[in-house]
Amino acid sequence: MAKEFEPNIIGFLCNWCSYAGADLAGTSRMKYPPNIKSIRVMCSGRVDPVFVLEALRKGADGVLIGGCHPGDCHYQSGNYKANRRMKLLKKLLEELAIDPGRLRFEYISASEGAKFASVATEFVDQLKKIGPNPLKEVKK
Amino acid sequence: MSKEKKEKKDKKKLQLAFYWAASCGGCEIAVLDIDEKVLDVVAVADILFWPVAMDFKYKDVEAMKDNQIDVCFFNGGIRNSEQEHIAKLLRKKSKVMVAFGACAVLGGIPGLANVTNKEEIFDVVYKNNPSIDNPKKVVPKTNVKVKEGTLTLPEFYESVSKLDQVIDVDYYLPGCPPTPDLIMTAVGAIVEGKLPPKGSVIGPLKSVCDECRFEKSEKRIKEIKRIYEVDKIEDKCLLEQGIICMGPATRGSCEARCLDANMPCTGCGGPTPNALDQGAKMISALASVIGIDGEENMSDAEVEKLIDQIVDPVGTFYKYGLPAALINRRLDK
Repeated sequence: MAKEFEPNIIGFLCNWCSYAGADLAGTSRMKYPPNIKSIRVMCSGRVDPVFVLEALRKGADGVLIGGCHPGDCHYQSGNYKANRRMKLLKKLLEELAIDPGRLRFEYISASEGAKFASVATEFVDQLKKIGPNPLKEVKK
Repeated sequence: MSKEKKEKKDKKKLQLAFYWAASCGGCEIAVLDIDEKVLDVVAVADILFWPVAMDFKYKDVEAMKDNQIDVCFFNGGIRNSEQEHIAKLLRKKSKVMVAFGACAVLGGIPGLANVTNKEEIFDVVYKNNPSIDNPKKVVPKTNVKVKEGTLTLPEFYESVSKLDQVIDVDYYLPGCPPTPDLIMTAVGAIVEGKLPPKGSVIGPLKSVCDECRFEKSEKRIKEIKRIYEVDKIEDKCLLEQGIICMGPATRGSCEARCLDANMPCTGCGGPTPNALDQGAKMISALASVIGIDGEENMSDAEVEKLIDQIVDPVGTFYKYGLPAALINRRLDK
């Protein structure tokens, strides 16, 4: 039997909101697909576009960046910067024929375990439609 | 004759070679731009191979012993099989290989062809172009049999590579082209045997901004402008005036010459030291300062509109370095 494609997702989650949100989803025993490998960063503004390109180059099928809601950033404005960076990065990916849907930026607060679970579920479904990262084949 | 000069004369002359691959030829002119100092170079060096200026054949290079050339300055990226062949040949014959200029270091402007492929390029250049008369749709082939025998041409590749994707490179000289001062620094280091560790970029560790004459203050961009849309360039940082300037993400060594002429940096110096990807770094820098005023009240659609002012991220942020980028070509072509 052919195995269904399971996307590999790297999640960069901010320490103050989204990571805590993901934690809440876990401690509340909410169900969501296990495809996300979460990396805790101090702020979504810490996520350098280099991280995203490197993740994609190394074969990640999708990259999720989670930050605090507007107005909630622990460092005042990191989430705004992250939002703008990822929007611009999506334009770059589009020009290189990488589906911009592989990159997702979401505001998830520490109390939104349910939102984290639903974003994870949605993102996995979306990536299953998009298919495996074409860079996996380019490698080697 | 001074003692120093005499010592130099007694030593065996340096054996140099120059070659050009996929490049415009500007790097060759840059070598000549060192003006009368070329006499100093010739005083300490013999030139064994230099297609642009002297009559040598490939067979002369083939006849050389391995490592006979002390230093080979190689400009241009690798676009076809001839260039790859000569790069490999010169690598074998040279003790030190220097990637000279943006094309050899990063892929250069020819590297932007990585957004397309051989088929599309041939289509535009040889088949479907209003100014072309080619009813039989003839395109270059690597082998053609005619009655006198077989004619051959180099193979045109799908992608452009930077030099170190094809051969081992010892040193990198950035710039489009490298400045005469930088060339003389490199030649001086070679002559005196004071070369940095292998793999070094010969150039400063700071960005173009460090060399730029404009006054810099806090950057808050409301609107992106192309240079022709600005009536009068003010005497302050071009980024602050809304003009995309690659200075913050680009290694200096050029003395910010473009900025001296009121033109923004386009990034020929390549990434700053320790930066993995020049374009991604510029995206990071630019996105953090554009729309910073009132960002807390901006709707997502407004942010989108702001970002949409940047029309061609690949051409803007990887003008000289697409083959050197983390994702180095368009994937569906």
